Amino acid sequence: MIDIIGYILITIGIIFDICGCIGLVRFPDVYNRLQAATKCVTLGTVLLLAGVALGSHSGAIASKAIVCAVFILITSPTAAHAIAKGAHSAGVQLWSKSVVDKYQEEVDRHNEWLKDKE
Amino acid sequence: MRRVVYFIVSFIIWILLTWPFAEGGQDQTTMDIQVIVAGVFASFVVAILFHEILPKEHHVFLSAKRICWFLFYMPVFFYYVMKANLDVVYRALHPQMPIHPGIVKIKTNLKSDSAITALANSITLTPGTLTVDVTEEGYLYVHWINVKSTHVEEATQLISQKFEFFIERIFE
Repeated sequence: MIDIIGYILITIGIIFDICGCIGLVRFPDVYNRLQAATKCVTLGTVLLLAGVALGSHSGAIASKAIVCAVFILITSPTAAHAIAKGAHSAGVQLWSKSVVDKYQEEVDRHNEWLKDKE
Repeated sequence: MRRVVYFIVSFIIWILLTWPFAEGGQDQTTMDIQVIVAGVFASFVVAILFHEILPKEHHVFLSAKRICWFLFYMPVFFYYVMKANLDVVYRALHPQMPIHPGIVKIKTNLKSDSAITALANSITLTPGTLTVDVTEEGYLYVHWINVKSTHVEEATQLISQKFEFFIERIFE
């Protein structure tokens, strides 16, 4: 029974991973791609590791899988912030059909403020 | 004090990662001691070098009330993560790709660093939103895959309200 639940979790996880990768290819700009990469791939990998932990019948493997899952849950969104902020400050434009960019307004205001100070 | 906490945490993680120390090995006891000595040494180095990363107010996280709220928050969080994933999968697989992306600004009332980090990470893992930057005045810039409102208050309501309630009780 536990084996079956483990296999189901692994299957769902792989499906989410595949969808995340499709999104990564199809979405138009860095920020949308990061959305696909952080959400789908994080959940997919965590479910996969949970399936491994359930299906392995070994405390040793299960403990490693759970530690890895917790690390992925913490580090994946943090890495996404870093990439998004880095991309924005390096001047990577949003997709041309984007609705709004409040962050650019803020950056512009800050630059003007710096210019005024000089 | 923070060094001690850090040492214990890293040593527990080391034990979890290296257990079982030497399965079926002939001289299992010596292997055990080697691995544990290496773990103590590594945890010691980590504790000396990186203890400043641990938030100063770490002891408050040990209260029972916070842990109960945290356990209550987990299923809620998991529900939103599932919803976010199905949403992104739908947008990725839909032939017309129904996305209206943009970066909006939201306001948070949370003050402590760990609370804002937790909020930013929760926002990133949930429906169509990705935190780009945080300012000192408590504003977050969020990339939203389907912008419903560009107004600060409305966007706050839609994105972060549901998490702030829990995170305020867990981390503040």
